[in-house]
Amino acid sequence: MEFNKELDARGLNCPLPILRTKKALAEMASGEILKVLATDPGSVKDMQAFAKQTGNDLINSAEAGGEYTFFMKKK
Amino acid sequence: METKKLAIIATKGTLDWAYPPFILASTAAALGYDVQIFFTFYGLQLVRKDVSGLKVSPLGNPGMPMKMPFGPKWFKGINWNIPNAVQSIIPGYENVATSLMKMTIANNGVATIPELRSLCQEADVKFLACQMTVELFGFDHADFIDGVDYVGAASFFEFAGESDICLFI
Repeated sequence: MEFNKELDARGLNCPLPILRTKKALAEMASGEILKVLATDPGSVKDMQAFAKQTGNDLINSAEAGGEYTFFMKKK
Repeated sequence: METKKLAIIATKGTLDWAYPPFILASTAAALGYDVQIFFTFYGLQLVRKDVSGLKVSPLGNPGMPMKMPFGPKWFKGINWNIPNAVQSIIPGYENVATSLMKMTIANNGVATIPELRSLCQEADVKFLACQMTVELFGFDHADFIDGVDYVGAASFFEFAGESDICLFI
């Protein structure tokens, strides 16, 4: 999937992946896509909750070998 | 949609209890909340310039697992159940427990308190310190980080009274 920016949040634990995601999105334009890599199992639900509450669109999330990949489209 | 508000009263001054106020405040700020934290009594320790003195005490805390942050997996899995009477007579016990806790924190990719605290400030979380306890404990405003407002309970209620969530930690 195409994306405009990538954020590596691997090895970080709650709440850092969310805080870094928020910061990365702040520097992006509306409609751009952020790719986030994480290893925190809690980030799966947290990313959904973040998207729901902030109005950003979590367009895709996947897990492979304990690593999570998220694609977030900025509101 | 009107901005949601979170008001937190932080009353604990130990390393473990330093986490909940800063984690919740920074996360709420990332979700778009307006956040204020009122630091009172031992919570004042959390806004001191130097927080390296924050400690964790396993003494009288049966909920705290005592596990080693190093060694092979089987060793890390052992819960060292040390009786209170023994804990209390070992000199430096809290210091050892604190450095083991800091190691565990780093191993798990959990942020440090100074890091979380500056993330809160970057996200415009407002820090209020209870002026009464500052005086009661003999602190000076110079002991605390920049960006703290010194107020009384009435000022906190100005914000807390209109908050959507108010937490006493």
